Amino acid sequence: MPEMLELHRISKTFGAGTIDEKKAVEELSLTLAPGDFVTIIGGNGAGKSTLFNAVAGAFFVDAGRILLDGRDVTFQPEHRRANSIGRLFQDPLKGTAPHMTIEENLALAYLRTARTRSPFGTVGKKDRAFFREQLAALGLGLEDRLKSPVGLLSGGQRQALTLLMATIVTPKLLLLDEHTAALDPATAEKVLALTKRVVAERHITCMMITHNIHSALSLGNRTIMMDAGRIVLELSGEQRAGMTVDGLLDAFRARVGRRLDNDRILLSEAENA
Amino acid sequence: MSLLVLRGAVEQGLIYALVALGLHISYRTLDIADLTTDGTFTLGAAISAVYVVAGQPLLGVAMALLGGALAGFVTALLQTRLGVQPILAGIITMTALYSVNLAVMGKPNVNFLKESTVFTAAQEWLGEYGALFEAALVTGALCVLLALFLRTQLGLSLRATGDNRDMVAASSINPAFTTTVGLCLANALVALAGALLAQYQKFADNTMGTGMVVIGLASLIIGEVLFGHRARRSLVCGVAAAAVGAVVYRIIVATAIALHVDAKSMKLVSAVIVAAAIAAPALRDKLLFYQKRREASRNA
Ligand SMILES: Nc1ncnc2c1ncn2[C@@H]1O[C@H](COP(=O)(O)OP(=O)(O)OP(=O)(O)O)[C@@H](O)[C@H]1O
Ligand SMILES: [Mg+2]
Repeated sequence: MPEMLELHRISKTFGAGTIDEKKAVEELSLTLAPGDFVTIIGGNGAGKSTLFNAVAGAFFVDAGRILLDGRDVTFQPEHRRANSIGRLFQDPLKGTAPHMTIEENLALAYLRTARTRSPFGTVGKKDRAFFREQLAALGLGLEDRLKSPVGLLSGGQRQALTLLMATIVTPKLLLLDEHTAALDPATAEKVLALTKRVVAERHITCMMITHNIHSALSLGNRTIMMDAGRIVLELSGEQRAGMTVDGLLDAFRARVGRRLDNDRILLSEAENA
Repeated sequence: MSLLVLRGAVEQGLIYALVALGLHISYRTLDIADLTTDGTFTLGAAISAVYVVAGQPLLGVAMALLGGALAGFVTALLQTRLGVQPILAGIITMTALYSVNLAVMGKPNVNFLKESTVFTAAQEWLGEYGALFEAALVTGALCVLLALFLRTQLGLSLRATGDNRDMVAASSINPAFTTTVGLCLANALVALAGALLAQYQKFADNTMGTGMVVIGLASLIIGEVLFGHRARRSLVCGVAAAAVGAVVYRIIVATAIALHVDAKSMKLVSAVIVAAAIAAPALRDKLLFYQKRREASRNA
């Protein structure tokens, strides 16, 4: 079976040649098989978001190659890749258009990726019923508010809607960049459960950055830890199944020679304690 | 004000409504203050005038549409591909158009009192109501088309581009493309307005478009004030508000003239109308705030 995502020694340096030069990702290689769900942890500035941006095409990498489902997308612009890559960010405001209605936001995601793809396509009765059914599955009561502007929704509702938009047509790859970090704990839990269900039901290949080591170990089938633009630790299978939060922190310290420093991770450790 | 004057104001308003529809796309939908508008309006008038003199009024309107779209394309190219700031991109194109428009007409103004225009047939058929009927038909049809367009995949993409830049690229929308489409459409509509107005008043001159972007914005805002929050909540109301606002603006101007406001002061009157219209929402909020504060202190 062909791999879903292949990263071959990709590198990205910001501000090359200036005093602010920053090697955000360095010669990083990673391969995801179809259906893989990889969780990613690492300190502040480790290069996690930069890795996602490179995969999504927010910029072109300085070196290396990126293959998505066997196709070389290294120099494909972001909006092209977005046809097959769904993304969620930490900020719930980033994924939806506030002055457009729930229906219009969904229509946008649906019409752009659905079979028709005509620039003059519109949603019909059938599509609307489909939207309603999908919204009902979120369990947030949004199915009765198709005509409400998205700006009136709460952060959690907006993030759940963004998740639906990103997956309404099954993407080849789903990138989740701390997508529950800005939500209150109860809502975060709900959105995380939704994510888990959608990814499992549809066998979506997925990468998720999280600062919650507990969810990093409990969700998905693989975990990687990043530091200074590189992968410093990879866990899967039995080794991962037997891993604890403390064990992981110790393993990080052993590899890198210092503690994992992420202001948000400390918070979530306290929460889990 | 006589019925004749009122009818003239409504006719003009219906033509200027196309400018408001154009700005509904560029300013309201894409969130770009497109200063190309001034130059494009004159461009439409100039192209149309030249074709009328050559005996091809309808072809003139079609060519004006194309010319307007091209002007919008140049502005879009400057801001999406060449890194020029949106406002400056519009100013650059507008400045270039000043020379282009003179070159198109060959002189600062063109009169064609005896030539037949796109209004001639309707006027022969319906008499003095011909122009009104035709302008209403064209503007009405374009309102419907625009409202339908904004629901399509491309229309939704345009709206998302103006509403949330952050989500755009992640939703497989190419903002350079949607911005280009929007500016081409907007300027085609503005040029159409210029083309129709030239044929309506039977002359075109090189300063016709001066201040057009401000007048168009004022029309948009007058319409939105009249329609209230519905103008922002519903697509159809938003489009209708733009058109109605343009007509109301012309009626206000005609009233000012009927009240013997000196012709030399008309620009000043226009500026005051525009400033008042644009300031209205902010003034209303201020007023509400003072009211609330007074009530609060009375209850305290
Ligand atoms: N657009 C940019 N321009 C310049 N430097 C950048 C840019 N984006 C990221 N960086 C730098 O690259 C490094 C990696 O940043 P990145 O956002 O990938 O970290 P991260 O692992 O996501 O961290 P966090 O956990 O804080 O989100 C940081 O030092 C950051 O300052
Ligand atoms: Mg990050």
